[in-house]
Amino acid sequence: MENTEVLQMRGICKYFPGVNALQNVDFTLRSGEIHALMGENGAGKSTLIKVLTGVYVKDGGTILIRKNTSDEAMPDFEEAHIRSPQDAQNSGISTVYQEIALCPNLSVAENMFIGRSGAFTNWADMNKKTGEILKQLDIPATPRQQLGSCSIAVQQMVAIARAVDMKCRVLILDEPTSSLDEQEVEKLFKLMRDLKKKNVGIIFVTHFLDQVYEVCDRITVLRDGTLVGEYVIEDLPRVKLVSKMLGKDLDDVADIKGDSDVGPVDKTQTPVLEAHKLVSNAGIKPFDFNIYSGEVNGFTGLLGSGRSECVRAIFGADKVLGGTVNVKGKHVRIKKPIDAMKNGIGYLPEDRKLDGIVADLSVRDNIILALQVMKGFFRPFSKAKAEAMAQEYIALLDIKTASSDTPIGQLSGGNQQKVILARWLLTNPDFLILDEPTRGIDIGTKIEIQKLALKLASEGKSVTFISSEIDEMLRTCSRLIVMRDRKVVGELTGDDLTRNKVMATIAGGEET
Amino acid sequence: MTPANSLKKKNSIVSQFVALTQKQLFIPVAALLCLIIFNLIADPSFFAIKLGHNSDGQPILSGYLITILDYGSELAILAIGMTLVTAASGGQDISVGAAIAIAGSVILKVLCGDNSRPDHMQAPIIVAFLVACVVAMLFGAFNGSLVAFFKIQPMVATLILFTAGRSIAAWINNNELPIIAEPEFSYFGTFIPGIPIPTPVFIAVACMIVIFLVLKFTNLGLYSQAVGINPNSSRLNGINPAVVKLITYVILGLCVAVVGLIKVSRISTINYSVIAKDIEMDAILAVALGGNSLGGGKFNMPASIMGAYIIQFLTTTLYKFNVLSSALPAYKAVVVIILVILSAPVVRERLASFKKSRSAKNSVKEVA
Ligand SMILES: Nc1ncnc2c1ncn2[C@@H]1O[C@H](COP(=O)(O)OP(=O)(O)OP(=O)(O)O)[C@@H](O)[C@H]1O
Ligand SMILES: [Mg+2]
Repeated sequence: MENTEVLQMRGICKYFPGVNALQNVDFTLRSGEIHALMGENGAGKSTLIKVLTGVYVKDGGTILIRKNTSDEAMPDFEEAHIRSPQDAQNSGISTVYQEIALCPNLSVAENMFIGRSGAFTNWADMNKKTGEILKQLDIPATPRQQLGSCSIAVQQMVAIARAVDMKCRVLILDEPTSSLDEQEVEKLFKLMRDLKKKNVGIIFVTHFLDQVYEVCDRITVLRDGTLVGEYVIEDLPRVKLVSKMLGKDLDDVADIKGDSDVGPVDKTQTPVLEAHKLVSNAGIKPFDFNIYSGEVNGFTGLLGSGRSECVRAIFGADKVLGGTVNVKGKHVRIKKPIDAMKNGIGYLPEDRKLDGIVADLSVRDNIILALQVMKGFFRPFSKAKAEAMAQEYIALLDIKTASSDTPIGQLSGGNQQKVILARWLLTNPDFLILDEPTRGIDIGTKIEIQKLALKLASEGKSVTFISSEIDEMLRTCSRLIVMRDRKVVGELTGDDLTRNKVMATIAGGEET
Repeated sequence: MTPANSLKKKNSIVSQFVALTQKQLFIPVAALLCLIIFNLIADPSFFAIKLGHNSDGQPILSGYLITILDYGSELAILAIGMTLVTAASGGQDISVGAAIAIAGSVILKVLCGDNSRPDHMQAPIIVAFLVACVVAMLFGAFNGSLVAFFKIQPMVATLILFTAGRSIAAWINNNELPIIAEPEFSYFGTFIPGIPIPTPVFIAVACMIVIFLVLKFTNLGLYSQAVGINPNSSRLNGINPAVVKLITYVILGLCVAVVGLIKVSRISTINYSVIAKDIEMDAILAVALGGNSLGGGKFNMPASIMGAYIIQFLTTTLYKFNVLSSALPAYKAVVVIILVILSAPVVRERLASFKKSRSAKNSVKEVA
């Protein structure tokens, strides 16, 4: 049984108005393998998956699926006519999409079982079964809990649990790890290896190269909607993989902090922002925070430790219940986001889909939105001005879009993220908060964004950086504020900024 | 030009055509064409316009098309407000008919004072109109705050005024039927002496110009769409979603006052239970017919306005063929169903992929 092919996609084409998302792409999946699908933002990974699962109707090519027979002698493939996700499920393909596609106002259990063939009638049974699955996968949620009240990471895990629990021969995971922290990623990998042993073929999309080399057997690389090639993992070292993805070699990136011209931060000046005993209604303990001009610092901690809640309190995104904030030495009251924006603060939110994009509006409107609001209700930008600004940032961040009129919802995940980043860069803030700015961003651009944070600092701006990737934090930040259980528990600078030290502080020594 | 280039150009024409069918104006334009063709075949006299004289010997134009322009204008004005409300709050205001009754009643009250049949108007018309504007905007603000601050579904929130509005209107005038004898008052709903085109047409054009300028010189369009699409991210970009929603309801209130003036001016009096009856359905239909999502978000104002005139076109056509006014809603319902199905994303996608495969085949032929 080992390594028989279960799925063949031949000459797949998919066109969107103004974009050739896929051109003549071949893809082969074997049973019992974990197959990485790699490529830059907008390369067509998600589109290939959506064609396979019937979300999009393909414009060309064939999809062959091995017949479900036990007769090994006949390598029997039949053409699959997958027209809807239901069809895909019936053919044994189950999927976790890049954007969470569950119902936030249903309970966790309902989300697990919704739309399954052989509908569950017994609620108690459903809740019990869900409880078992949650426990098995160590997901911190209860069956009856409303899904929307869980963190993104937990929602992501529920989506994975749902997909995995269905009987499947092919499991597709489109960037499942982008909002998970290291422990949860480990849990997921264990799960994937178990399934692999059961001969499930797994398609895994990610921008984390480490993860690819940790679990995958084979790699297919896409670039600009075309197939670059299929490789066995041993034959394709990291550097080569990156150059295949980008179509060019990437400079070595080990130490970008070293060669940026960020000097030591002058701590005798007044901080750009200073918060004292700030507390919001999001359930964090009061915390102190300050940042100086020319500094990049960061909040680190496990998911749910309150990193995002802290910056949301600073920006006025949650209801502030107490504490004082000084901006450049002057006392200010930040009650809502516009107050923060007027004080030169920008905030790139963690949840792109829910808090970031305005899906049906054009890329242009999404880029100018924050600056436009700051400029005022009665002073709209002229169309020409807006277009010029949008084009400038589309070029600067290399945003892949058919035009600036394209609704942002039609862009690939990573490109949406770049648009939101452009939005805040355009407001030229003194203090920019980046909450998971590199989520879903490809390796080349990721480094560009990290460099950008450092460049802003070298221009005298301040940046607060939040990322689940400790390495990324270490590369960019000169000071880390460590959080645990919704409380600030430590601050690391200078020589303490090592991976081990950070991990130890996050975990809080050996105490429980 | 190289052959490859010209081929590219041809392809782009095909794809432009496909893009056209996906354009928002496609459905209203197609609906209008259907109606026109139907009438041309059934009875071309539908399109006749006559220049005649009214009882005062003033020149007036008459004909079905003039009726459409005349009554369509009321709808168009309402559609402007309804479009904004729909965009920002993702729901519709079903109380506009009742609110028009209130606005009309207020105008008559101010003009008549205590006496319900005065010989002379007790106040300038402009004053009466402004008072009606304020009252209608207050009711709009009432609806708006229920929706914006108490987060009540728009249809449910406006159900209150829908139910109570006509009684309030009657109560304002102690249930009397005031009548204005002076002819100037009727100018707003009928004709201005010497001008053969109905005045509501001019009023509607003025409203269109105003909303065009407002959308051009403020961010009302951007804000209301952003709030309708994603209130969370709108808030994080400094917009106050509740205030934006409230404003759209207040603007609809203003539209209501204008239509109220036209309505009472047409007959120089008011019938509380009949005035502007069912007009909310037509206004909502106009928005939908314009291809705008009733779930809020992106909108196209010219399309809504066009939708309003097309609805009136349909109504007038049905009247012409002696459809009973009680049966009208049934016919309209059929049209609504067709439109809703046609504009459903599923069908649009199907249409698009059908077109694409056709054009693909064509281009294969070309190559061969
Ligand atoms: N529904 C759509 N309508 C129009 N264009 C689309 C649509 N979906 C995707 N595209 C375009 O197709 C291209 C490929 O997108 P896709 O989402 O497959 O990229 P991706 O490889 O998954 O990128 P990422 O790593 O950013 O998720 C992009 O240029 C995108 O703009
Ligand atoms: Mg993707």
